[in-house]
Amino acid sequence: MADPRHILVVGGSAAGLSTAEALRRFGFDGALTVLEAEAGGPYDRPPLSKQVLDGSWAPERAALFPAERLARIGFGHLTGVRAVSLDRRRRVVRTDVAGDLTYDELVIATGVAPRRLAGDRLPGVHVLRTMADALRLREDLLRGGRLLVVGAGFVGLEAAASARRLGLAVTVVDPDPRPLAGRLGPVVAGRLLGLHAGHGVELRLGVGVRRITRWGGRPDGLDLSDGAHLEGSAVLVAIGCRPVVDWVAGSGLDVGDGVRCDARCQAAPGVWAVGDVARWHHDGFGRSMRIEHRQHATEQAQVVARNILGAGVAFTPTPYFWTDHFDVRVQVAGFVPADATLRPVDGDIAGGRFVALAEHGGRVAGVVAWNSAKAFTAHRRLVPAFAARAAAGAPSRPRYGNEEQS
Amino acid sequence: MRIRTERDSCISSGACVLEAPQVFDQDEDGVVVLLQESPAPDVADAARNAMMACPAAVITIDEDT
Repeated sequence: MADPRHILVVGGSAAGLSTAEALRRFGFDGALTVLEAEAGGPYDRPPLSKQVLDGSWAPERAALFPAERLARIGFGHLTGVRAVSLDRRRRVVRTDVAGDLTYDELVIATGVAPRRLAGDRLPGVHVLRTMADALRLREDLLRGGRLLVVGAGFVGLEAAASARRLGLAVTVVDPDPRPLAGRLGPVVAGRLLGLHAGHGVELRLGVGVRRITRWGGRPDGLDLSDGAHLEGSAVLVAIGCRPVVDWVAGSGLDVGDGVRCDARCQAAPGVWAVGDVARWHHDGFGRSMRIEHRQHATEQAQVVARNILGAGVAFTPTPYFWTDHFDVRVQVAGFVPADATLRPVDGDIAGGRFVALAEHGGRVAGVVAWNSAKAFTAHRRLVPAFAARAAAGAPSRPRYGNEEQS
Repeated sequence: MRIRTERDSCISSGACVLEAPQVFDQDEDGVVVLLQESPAPDVADAARNAMMACPAAVITIDEDT
């Protein structure tokens, strides 16, 4: 619809709010509504496993956008309201407590929810996705004891570092003998795990969890797949997330792993998706992708907003993320495949700070930095800039793989 | 236009520098450094891009001053 009167955004976290803000910036002056299932003000998620969990920030400091920035957008903000179904033919979203909402254009920004383990729903067993999750986990950590973390991904390890800061004993279990090797490359992943071990985190890698054991209505340990038993006072299940698409399941949209969209982030006439929940076709890489990084939410929001207003541009970002552990910040742009060759361009990979290019198939696939944020920015430009190509109107075709770099 | 940055919450992504190098820089730790508090009109839009690109939302722009 070239001239929509009402745009409805379902999901009021980073991706949804950034889309609303971008719509206004790019000239939309019709009615704009953002629906958010959680009550309370919007907050940012990256601090949850770091500063909110270790208490170095009060929760209010994680608020997403200063109040005046939020107010400037000018939109109807329905919080504590959950979308329950979508009728695309009538262009109606049914909600739990706010009735039926009609729209001209719909933006799906419902994000992801943590995967769970069977039988993990009891006090003292945690996941970490929402502010409430973080505050519950923190309350438990303040009782002391040993935190058992299931999953050596970024969230699990960041939480492990925060728990160590609070003085707890921590054990991290992961069935993968080389966790994060596919995200950071085996060398940097090994260094990060070594950093944790050096700070007293016990790592049990290459072994799965058979079940959470309990005593008196709380967890008291984990039975591992190798027959061992770990004792602990709290458990964090950090085994990844799944897209929140249950509410659109009956709408005819393809929601196999996220809301399937075209290169312009459109799922169907009048329906768009943005952020963690969106699986769109990346013309630069020539395949569909779904990315759960924080930077991605804001970048995709800009493109979705422009496309709703008729721009018709493909979304071709270079993925970026950062992750913080103890006194180390790791940053990655692009990808660091497990079989990439790391070539240091600043500092020494064994040293206290470095930037390295990840070369793969004769190409620069990514850049990884260890406590070298400023140098990282300079070298980030070496990763193929799909976004710049698209903005310049360059033909969109696969440019990742074994091609020559032009 | 007047720009503010919350340096204490900056996560040193460098997104602002990539969007508006005339307006933003990073110190040796990667933390944002504001080069122009009231940027010239020709870079104002780049500054808005930077505000919207920042993954920690530490850039605020007051359009009314």
